[in-house]
Amino acid sequence: MAKRVGIEVSIAVAEAVKLADVDLVAAYPITPQTHIVEHLSEDVANGKLDAEFVPVESEHSAMSCCCGSSAAGARTFTASSSQGLSLMSEILYIPSTMRLPIVMVVANRALSAPISIWNDHQDIMVQRDIGWIQTFAENGQEAFDLTLHAFRVAEDRRVSLPMIVNIDGFTLSHVIEPIEILDQEEVNRYLPPFKPRYRLDPKKPITMGPVGIPEVYTEAKVAHDQALKASKKVILKAWDEFAELFGRRYQPVETYRSEDAETLLVTMGSISETAMTAVDAMREKGQKVGLVRIRLWRPFPAQEFRKAAGKAKVLAVIDRCLPPGAPCGPVGEDLRAVFYKVPGAPKIFSFVAGLGGRDVTVETFEEIVEKAQAKARKRPRELYEVIGVREK
Amino acid sequence: MAKTDAIIGWKTITFGCHVLEPGSTAKFRTGDWRSQRPVTDREKCIKCGMCWIFCPDMAYSQTEDGYYVADMEYCKGCGICAHECPKDAITMVPEE
Ligand code: SF4
Ligand code: SF4
Repeated sequence: MAKRVGIEVSIAVAEAVKLADVDLVAAYPITPQTHIVEHLSEDVANGKLDAEFVPVESEHSAMSCCCGSSAAGARTFTASSSQGLSLMSEILYIPSTMRLPIVMVVANRALSAPISIWNDHQDIMVQRDIGWIQTFAENGQEAFDLTLHAFRVAEDRRVSLPMIVNIDGFTLSHVIEPIEILDQEEVNRYLPPFKPRYRLDPKKPITMGPVGIPEVYTEAKVAHDQALKASKKVILKAWDEFAELFGRRYQPVETYRSEDAETLLVTMGSISETAMTAVDAMREKGQKVGLVRIRLWRPFPAQEFRKAAGKAKVLAVIDRCLPPGAPCGPVGEDLRAVFYKVPGAPKIFSFVAGLGGRDVTVETFEEIVEKAQAKARKRPRELYEVIGVREK
Repeated sequence: MAKTDAIIGWKTITFGCHVLEPGSTAKFRTGDWRSQRPVTDREKCIKCGMCWIFCPDMAYSQTEDGYYVADMEYCKGCGICAHECPKDAITMVPEE
């Protein structure tokens, strides 16, 4: 039976990985992801987890190792953050078009310079287009559940794509929360053994990762794109089954008090909890404010988002990433595309908040809503605004 | 990969773009973009086999009378054989 325990979220994620009975963990420790792989290395050393633990010399090698492992047919896990994730970048594109179902948890963290170990989403937005399935967890329970969900989806033979679970560094990874940890039998019921479509086997040789001359490269990329889009069905089905077995229901897009809302906040990750408190506070004051939270980031659930946004007139999108020189933050950009030429579409305003560990408080959300509503009355010149930046 | 084989749609391309059949390159001409080809002067050749050893594409094979000939289906025209030949028996000539 599942047990509810007070546990650090990183350790809960490691527990999920252990319950998934992975075959290989490649790890290079980088703050704030460290506790996850640290705990897994202990489990391997203590004989609680029968897996190869490969302490590589960089994240570039960690992902290379994962590619080899997954190609050989092993259930494969790693975790990363920030500059480490960037160091992996070259390799991240490989398992996705090559259809290797690696699971990675990213404890999101700011990028240098200046050096910052604190949380925002800039590290993953750099990697937005690597072609992995990506989800964002809001709390510890989600981090645990989504990790198991990731193995289930990634390794499904119809999907066979790598998958990232994003958890906010420190603000989520290092907090202790009451989390229901499933037991082995329950996990076994949800997660079948990994049976790859193809694997490297000397007895049945195949080549993975050949040269793609101009005549095939486009087709290979389109096949990948289509596979990523088609994975949504399996993602939803796996969430449905999770709900049937364990009672917790997840959706690609979630709403909070949005039914009659005129202004909707749009968030991803753990700030959504504060956003809900802010919505409650603003509702008390009689404002028609609600929240839409994106859980599935890639493939982007455009249809579900349009439905979730309902009849709202204003969307206040919070990006935790400042893309210098770009017209708008990445989430804001996606939503503008999602609503482009949709009749009756809400006005979309982008805000950048919570960079490099800056607190996003209830007041921040109230300020954002106020600003969005003011912008909706005028024609604002700028396409996004950085919240809480000191001018002098 | 030969051009004829590469004209393939995204629905029919192999899973993960894997090559599922071992040794399939044997079916393709891989040397068709060569700009130079090696020509051996049999008067100078001492049949030492250095060209055969050094060719990175294993294009050379030995004839019955002991000489070495490069297979132009696979030769990339890199010139390594010419460089390594101890007798300067190999000349690289431009492809027409
Ligand atoms: S030119 Fe290069 S590829 Fe061609 S036969 Fe000589 S060594 Fe081999
Ligand atoms: S290396 Fe030169 S001498 Fe030796 S076999 Fe080849 S062509 Fe003849």
